[in-house]
Amino acid sequence: MRVALFVTCVNDTLFPDTGRAVVRLLRRLGVEADFPRAQTCCGQMHANTGYRDEAVRLARRSVAALRGYDAVVVPSGSCAAMIREQYPKLAGSSGVTPFADAVAQVVPRTYELTEFLVDVLGVTDVGAYFPHRVTYHPTCHSLRGIHLGDRPLTLLRQVRGIELVPLPGAEECCGFGGTFALKNADVSAAMCADKVRAVLDTGAEVLCAADNSCLMHIGGMLGRQKSGVRVMHLAEILCSAETAGVR
Amino acid sequence: MSVTFLGMPATRPFPRNAARAVRDSQLRFNLRKATRTIRARRASVVAEAPDWAELREAGRAIKEHTLRNLDRYLIQLEEAVTAAGGRVHWAADGAEANRIVAGLVKATGETEVVKVKSMATQEIGLNEALLEHGITAYETDLAELIVQLGDDRPSHILVPAIHRNRAEIREIFAEHMSGWGRPAPEDLTDDPAALAEAARLHLRERFLKTKVAISGANFAIAETGTMVVLESEGNGRMCLTLPRTLISVVGIEKVLPTWRDLEVFLQLLPRSSTGERMNPYTSTWTGAAEGQEFHLVLLDNGRTGVLADEVGRQALRCIRCSACLNVCPVYERAGGHAYGSVYPGPIGAILTPQLRGMESELDRSLPYASSLCGACYEVCPVAIDIPSVLVDLRARARHPWPERAGMAAAGWVFERSGRLARLQRAGGRLRRLVPRRLPGPLGGWTDTRDLPEVPRESFRDWWDRTDGGRR
Repeated sequence: MRVALFVTCVNDTLFPDTGRAVVRLLRRLGVEADFPRAQTCCGQMHANTGYRDEAVRLARRSVAALRGYDAVVVPSGSCAAMIREQYPKLAGSSGVTPFADAVAQVVPRTYELTEFLVDVLGVTDVGAYFPHRVTYHPTCHSLRGIHLGDRPLTLLRQVRGIELVPLPGAEECCGFGGTFALKNADVSAAMCADKVRAVLDTGAEVLCAADNSCLMHIGGMLGRQKSGVRVMHLAEILCSAETAGVR
Repeated sequence: MSVTFLGMPATRPFPRNAARAVRDSQLRFNLRKATRTIRARRASVVAEAPDWAELREAGRAIKEHTLRNLDRYLIQLEEAVTAAGGRVHWAADGAEANRIVAGLVKATGETEVVKVKSMATQEIGLNEALLEHGITAYETDLAELIVQLGDDRPSHILVPAIHRNRAEIREIFAEHMSGWGRPAPEDLTDDPAALAEAARLHLRERFLKTKVAISGANFAIAETGTMVVLESEGNGRMCLTLPRTLISVVGIEKVLPTWRDLEVFLQLLPRSSTGERMNPYTSTWTGAAEGQEFHLVLLDNGRTGVLADEVGRQALRCIRCSACLNVCPVYERAGGHAYGSVYPGPIGAILTPQLRGMESELDRSLPYASSLCGACYEVCPVAIDIPSVLVDLRARARHPWPERAGMAAAGWVFERSGRLARLQRAGGRLRRLVPRRLPGPLGGWTDTRDLPEVPRESFRDWWDRTDGGRR
């Protein structure tokens, strides 16, 4: 099986630890992922802010870089949702046939990380060890966009040493929303404040999610408040092992 | 193009309205409490309906079919209403509808009308228009009464006074009821039963002496010419039955083909809106009863324009249940007034810019009043994909130049992976120079959040240096 890692521009640029964790986790499970060098950004920021032409250009680049693989693994519910939900619409409205063909080829083979682990590899115990108190935030696009369901929690429950605590109001949006966080900064901060309060109520030392963009937002406020709670992408917890850390 | 009026003056853009609302702790508390209560009630009665998914699909399909054949069903409705002794009037916009209604009221010689809660009449600013003709319109829905007495504006489709708590309502009743009719009792407390009783006595007097009523309709059945109004108080039924003349202002998208179609919507609407299994007061009438007059004013007011839009037309499926408002994290914090329209919340964010256009700064900002979290789509009983319509409207909005410049720059960088890699390396070298507070619009982030630390090495450089961690 030829597997491509679509690491996402946010992880590539700001959170390389997450990308490394995915590579090592997959390797531990016997999968050597390829990193197609031409990939950059899925185009979600442009699409969702109303810049459709740029989004189409980036979508075309992305499917060109990712086509031909048996599976594309994305460590982001949001970017996976962009590819699966919005690419077919962008292809349909652009009228460019080779683009539509590439989208039709790539979309059914695109998996968010936990989908790939649970559905494709059939693994729920990835052999991780993480002796910390953790709470999980299901991000909107992983929850309502691509319907990850209980896959992330199923994986987390198998992690040895972990103390998993439920997050109150978990299904509510954290208020990130891409450029929403800038264009409606006050409402975004108000939403984040409630999410932060819920996280603190759990007494967890780590907040984890399947999207670093949302974690950057919630973590940014947790940090500003000197709360002492750190945020970690799910992949980094799943990659942690008793003998060797992530790095 | 003339600007469609939607019952509220277009004011400042949404983010500025919302910024004020999020600082109002009383408003935040009231909204949080109310939306969460209705949200939980809806969730529990929807969960117990085993065929909810099928009902939702049926609701979507019936509305879609009707909208695709709207011309035919509207004519059928007109014929059926006329045959049953009613009169049908066609209004292209709000101004025409207001003229028609004012003329009909004047013809009766009356100067007072009672009103059933109606979004369509609020949309066209009917009360204000009637006042110009010397006609006073009295709202009889409890929440609308609170809004009217308080010289306020509705902030929710179903619960117009959701932004008020009972202490505030007591103040409004005690102070203003006397100016509109029977005063509130001297010893009025903020006990809900006492407040309801005060409203009941105040309104009862009004029902008994007013000769003309104005309503909207939740549904209009083309097959039989039957109008359907759903309400919870019985006050609507008072208006619909007691006065001699009844005028109903109904948006053209409210048509349903057959009586049987109601089966679906009488299940979808109460569970989605008030979280009830069955609606308390469902009134239906066909044409005019003997000795009474019935007028139906069919209102376009921008709807045919929406119907012409392939993506946006699904907004016309809306049955005004407001489930999307109650579940929306943005509405919960910004409140209804921030949307500057009688249609607030997620549905307002897609309906208002389509009906009114995106000329004003406010209307251009509405499609952005969402984090695209998708909760609205999930609860919508007629499956309106609100996030997709929002994104589509954003693509048509005019964008501010600094944003255009930023997006163009980002697009240029992402166009070539080499450009991205060079930018990442520059960021890695200058990482210590990133300020804690960013300037301009980017300050919206750093006002409340720390920036993430820029890593020394990007993922792609790590991959190249270590051959994907293999060396």
